[in-house]
Amino acid sequence: MTKLPTWADVVLVPLISLALAAIISAFVLLGIGQSPTEAFWVMVDGALGSAYGWGYTLYYATSFIFTGLAVTVAFHGSLFNIGGEGQAQLGGLGVALVCLALPWPHWTMALPAAMVGAALFGAAWAAIPALLQAKRGSHIVITTIMFNYIASALLIYLLVNVLRPAGQMDPATANFPPGTHLPTLNEIPILNLIFTKKVPANISLFVALICCWLVWLLMWRTRLGYEIRAFGKSEKAATYAGISSFKIIMIAMLISGALSGLMAINNVMGESGRLVQNASEGAGFIGIAVALMGRNHPLGVLLAAILFGFLYQGGAELGLWTTIPIELRTVVQGLVILFTGALDQMVRMMLGVFFRPRPQARAA
Amino acid sequence: MGGGRPTSAAPSSRPFAIELKGISKSFGPVQANKDINIAVPKGTIHGIIGENGAGKSTLMSILYGFYKADAGEIFVNGNLTAIPDSQSAIRAGIGMVFQHFKLVQNFTVLENVVLGAEDGALLRPSLAKARKSLQDLAQEYELDVDPDALVEDLSVGHQQRVEILKALYRQAEILILDEPTGVLTPAEADHLFRILKGLRDQGKTVILITHKLREIMEATDNVSVMRRGTMVGTVKTAQTSPEELAELMVGRKVLLEVEKKPAHPGKVVLSVQDLRVKDEIGVERLKGVSFEIRAGEILGIAGVAGNGQSELLAALGGIQRAAGTVTMNGAVLPLVGADANGRARREAGIGHVPEDRQTLGLIMDFTAWENVAFGYHNEPKYQKNSLLMDNDAIRADTEKKMATFDVRPPIPTLAAKNFSGGNQQKIVVAREIESDPDLLLIGQPTRGVDIGAIEFIHKQIVALRDAGKAILLVSVELDEIMSLSDRIAVMFDGRIMGFRDPETTNERELGLLMAGVSGDAA
Amino acid sequence: MDYATLLQVLDTTLRLATPLLLACLAGLYSERAGIFDIGLEGKMLMAAMSAGAVAYLTGSVWLGLLAAIVGSLLFAAVHGLASITFRGNQLISGVALNFVASGITVLIAQSLFGQGGRTPPLEGAARFNPIKLPLADELAGVPIIGPFYAEVVSGHTFLVYVGLLMVPLSWWVLYRTRFGLRLRAVGENPASVDTAGISVVRLRYTAVAITGILCGLAGAYMSTGLQAGFGKEMTAGRGYIALAALIFAKWRPWYCLWATLLFGFFQAIALRPDVIENTIGISIPVPALDALPYILTVVVLAGLVGKAIPPRAGGEPYVKER
Repeated sequence: MTKLPTWADVVLVPLISLALAAIISAFVLLGIGQSPTEAFWVMVDGALGSAYGWGYTLYYATSFIFTGLAVTVAFHGSLFNIGGEGQAQLGGLGVALVCLALPWPHWTMALPAAMVGAALFGAAWAAIPALLQAKRGSHIVITTIMFNYIASALLIYLLVNVLRPAGQMDPATANFPPGTHLPTLNEIPILNLIFTKKVPANISLFVALICCWLVWLLMWRTRLGYEIRAFGKSEKAATYAGISSFKIIMIAMLISGALSGLMAINNVMGESGRLVQNASEGAGFIGIAVALMGRNHPLGVLLAAILFGFLYQGGAELGLWTTIPIELRTVVQGLVILFTGALDQMVRMMLGVFFRPRPQARAA
Repeated sequence: MGGGRPTSAAPSSRPFAIELKGISKSFGPVQANKDINIAVPKGTIHGIIGENGAGKSTLMSILYGFYKADAGEIFVNGNLTAIPDSQSAIRAGIGMVFQHFKLVQNFTVLENVVLGAEDGALLRPSLAKARKSLQDLAQEYELDVDPDALVEDLSVGHQQRVEILKALYRQAEILILDEPTGVLTPAEADHLFRILKGLRDQGKTVILITHKLREIMEATDNVSVMRRGTMVGTVKTAQTSPEELAELMVGRKVLLEVEKKPAHPGKVVLSVQDLRVKDEIGVERLKGVSFEIRAGEILGIAGVAGNGQSELLAALGGIQRAAGTVTMNGAVLPLVGADANGRARREAGIGHVPEDRQTLGLIMDFTAWENVAFGYHNEPKYQKNSLLMDNDAIRADTEKKMATFDVRPPIPTLAAKNFSGGNQQKIVVAREIESDPDLLLIGQPTRGVDIGAIEFIHKQIVALRDAGKAILLVSVELDEIMSLSDRIAVMFDGRIMGFRDPETTNERELGLLMAGVSGDAA
Repeated sequence: MDYATLLQVLDTTLRLATPLLLACLAGLYSERAGIFDIGLEGKMLMAAMSAGAVAYLTGSVWLGLLAAIVGSLLFAAVHGLASITFRGNQLISGVALNFVASGITVLIAQSLFGQGGRTPPLEGAARFNPIKLPLADELAGVPIIGPFYAEVVSGHTFLVYVGLLMVPLSWWVLYRTRFGLRLRAVGENPASVDTAGISVVRLRYTAVAITGILCGLAGAYMSTGLQAGFGKEMTAGRGYIALAALIFAKWRPWYCLWATLLFGFFQAIALRPDVIENTIGISIPVPALDALPYILTVVVLAGLVGKAIPPRAGGEPYVKER
C-alpha cells in the first residue's frame, strides 16, 4: 500500500471519510424518497444561513467540543471511553446539585462552582470502569457501555423520586435560581451586535475553547501528557520507562470523565436551566465521531465539533421543515465513525492510488 | 562473484527436490531477494546460511507460498510448480517449521496435527487416524510427544517436534526449518539433528536455515550462502570451512575479536543475592541467582534463550517483580511494590538497554527526540518549569546524541519506526549510555543490527567499562559474550551454572554449562 | 411467591431470555473466530425492523424472518469488510454500525408507514404464534412437573425452540466438526490456520455471517414473537446484555444458555415488582431492577465471578508475518 504524505493523512482522510458518509446518506435519502439536495440546503440555511442558526450550531458544537476532547484524552491513552453519555448525564446531576444548593447571586460565582460539580461527577462516573480496567483488566469499552445504562436508570430514579419538586408532573428538577443564568451570546456586549435574537449558545463556548487549548498543552507539553501518549502507544514500553499503568489509566479516564461531565454547564446550566431526563441527548456518543474526525487533536476536535453542530442544528431544521426524520443525524454520525474509525484503511487505499509514484507500464 | 567459486552449481548428480530460478522479491523499496538461483538435491540436508536480514526467511516463505515472488520460477522434483499459497506448497509435498511456531496453544497435540489436514467434516475419525499415524512416526523418527497433551504445557523442544510431526503427517517430502535451534539447548539441538538425519536417510529432503556456522558444519551435506538478498554460492559442506563460510556471509574477514585492554575492576557496584522471579502463572523462571559486578567490569551472561536471562534483566530493570536481595552502590533496591519500577532504577543509577528494543526500548510511533527522552522525561534538564517540558532542549540534546553515536539519518523529528534496526539500537544505546549510569544492563545489544553498527556498539560498551562503569551483558551470541566479557556467567533453567574466565574457557565448556550437563553449583 | 407465580415468572424468563440467547450465540461464533462484535445490538435492531416491515407488508412471518436475516447479514458484511478485509478497529466498527442501525431503522420504518418510526401492529400469520407442545394438556395434571411443562416449556413461539436447539447444535459444531476446530483455531492463532493452508479470511467471514444469521433470528423474534411489530430502539440494549452474557459464559455454548436465562430472569422480575415485594418484603424501584443486568455484568467483568479469558487473537486483525 502506498504511504500517504502526512498532510494527506491528516486533512484528506477525514474529508474523504466525511464525503463518503455524505454520499451514502444521500443514497439513504433517495432510498426513502427524499431529495438529498433539498435536505442539504435546508440544513445549510437553517444551521449556517443566519446568526440565529449559528447560535444553535455553536450551542451544539460547545457540547461536542467537551465530549470530543473527553474521547480524545482517553484515546491517547489507548482507552476507548464510550461512557461519555453516562458521564455527561452525571455531570448534569453535579451541575443541578450545585445550582440548587445555594441562592447564587451571580453567574460568575455559580459557573466555577458548577464546573467543579460537573467535572467531579463526570470523573466519578468514569472512575469505576477505570479502576476495573486498571486493576482487573475488565474491558473499558464494555464497562463504560454498562455505566451508560446504569447512569440513565439512576437519573430516572433520582428525577422521579428524589429531585422532582412536589406537585410537578414531569421528571425534572426545579428551575435553577436566576443567579445561575449564564449569559447567552446575544447577551454579551459586542457579540450581541451579531446575535440579535435569543440563541442558546452561551459563555460555555469560551470555556470549551479554553479546554481545547488546555488539552493541547496537557498532551504535548507536559510530562503527564507524554506519559499518557507513551502508554497509549505501547503499554509494555511504558512499564520499561517506569510509567505506572495504573496511574495513567486512572488519570486519563478521570480527565476524560471530567471533560464529558463539563458539557453539562452548556446544556443543563446554560440552556435549560434545570435538569431534565436524558439531558445530554446523545452528545456523549457524538464525542466519538468528533474525536475520530478530528484525528484526536484539539484543533481537529474543534472543527469537527462545529461540523457536527451544523449536522445537529441542520437535522433539527429538517425535522421542522421536511418529513425527513431527525434520526438522519444518527445515521450520518454512525457513518462518519465507520469511515474514520474502522474503514480508514480503505479510505487510505483509495487515496493511495493518487499518491502512487507514476507507474512504469503495467506488469508485463 | 570472483575466484571461480561455484554459484548455483549442483554439487551432486542426483535429481533436484527443489530448484529455484531467478527468484526476486521486494517489500516497498527494500529488495529482500535478488535473482536467487538454488538447487537442492533429493535426499540431502541442505543448509542456507546468512546474516540476519540476508533474505533467507523471505526466500523460504516464497517457497512455502506465504509470500508471492515478484519474478522467478520454482521447480519441485523437476516440475515447474506454481505456489500461490501454503495449500499448494503442502500439496507439492513441502512442509515448513517456522522460527515462531504456528501452534494453537490451548489445543492438544493431536488437534494441532489434524488442523487443516482433516479427512472429513467430522473430527472423530480424523483424530483417530492421526493418533495411529503419530505412533508410527514417533517410532520411525524418535519423535515422541504425548498426543493428548496441551501444547501450552509442552517444552519448546517438544513444541518443535509437533511442528515437524504436522509436516510429516501432511506427507511432506521436503522439510524446511527456519532457525530451528535458536530456542533449543545444545542437547535438544543435537536430538533435532539426529531426527533430521533420520529423515534424510528415509529419502526426505531437509532445508536448514540458520546463521550459526557450527550447525551448518555439523548437520548439512551442502550449504548455500546468502548475503544482502543475493545468493553468493553453494558448496559441499565437507569441502569448506567455517572461516570460508563466514567470509562469504559478510563479504570480508570478520573481526570477531574486540580490541580491549585488560579490565581494572574496582568496588562492587551491584550485588545480587538469591534473586527469584515467578511468571504470571506462578512458574519460577529465576531460581535463586547470586553474583556481583564491579566497577570497570563486564559480566557476560551466556545461555540459550529462555533460561531466565530475560527475567534477570527485567527484575534488575524494575519491570518485573522479584524476590531476593539486590544492592546497588550499597543501597538495597525494592523488588516489589510501587517503588520497584523503571524510573526508580534509573534514579538509582541503572541504565537499561532492553533485549527487545522495538517493544520495550522505543515507542515506534514517537519521534527520535521523544524517544531520547523516553524514561528520562522527568529529568530536570528536560523541563521548562514545574508544569511544562522543554521540548526544544530535548531536540537539541537529541541532535547532539545523534552526532556522537552516528545515528543516520540525523533527523530528530523522524519517527523511530523509520530508522533501520541498527540506528534504532544506536538511539537506545545513546540514551542509556549518555545518561551516565553506574551500571548498564544491556540485552542482545546487536540483535538484528548490521555489521558496521555492531562494531560501533561493541566499542561503546568497552569504552563505558574503561570509564569505570559496571556492565551486565546478556546475549545468546556466544561469540559476543566471549569477546566482550571480562567474566562469563552461564545460565541454565533459571540458575547460574558457573562462572568462567573468557581467557581460559572455550565454546565446548560453555556449551556443556548451557546445556545444564555440568556445573559448579549443585 | 406461590408456584403459579413462579411459573409465570419462569415463563416470562424464557421469553425474555430467547433474544439474549440467540444474540449471545451469534456473538460466540464471531468472537471465537477472533472478531469482536459489539454490533450485535445494531444487527438485532435492523433485523427487528426488517422482520416487522416485511411481515406486515406480505402478511407472512416467514418472509419477515428471511428479511430479518438479510438485513442483519448486510450489517455483518460491513463489519466483516471493516474488520477482516480492511483490518480496521473492530470495536469502533461495532459502535458505528449500532448508530447507523439506530437511525436507519427509524428512517425506513417512518418512510414506509409514517407512524413515528414504528411498524403497524402485526397479527395472524404475520407474527409467530405460540406452539403447544405435544402432551401439554395431558400432562398438566401431573403435580409440579405437569404445570411446569405446560406453562413454562410449552406454549412458546417457534424461535424460542430454535434458540434452545441452537445451544447443543453450537456445542456440536464447535467441538465435534472440522469447521469448529478451524473456527476455534483461527480465534486463538490465525497463523496456525494460515500455514495449514486454510484461508483465514474465508473462515472469519463465515463466522461473521453466522453471527449475522443468528442476530437476524434474535431481531425477528423481538418484533414478530416477543412483540407484535417493530418500535424505535426496541432492542433496548439487549445486544449489549448478550455481549455481557457471552463474557459471563466464557465463550462456551452451554454457559451461554445459563447466562442468558439468568439475565432473562432479571428482566422478568423487573416486570413484576409486586412479586419481589411480596417475596422479600422490600420494594425495589423499577429503575434499579432495569439496571440490574448491567450492574451484574460489571460485577462479572470485575472478575468477581471467575476469570474470563477471551480468545487470544480476539480483536486483532490478522497480518501475515514470518
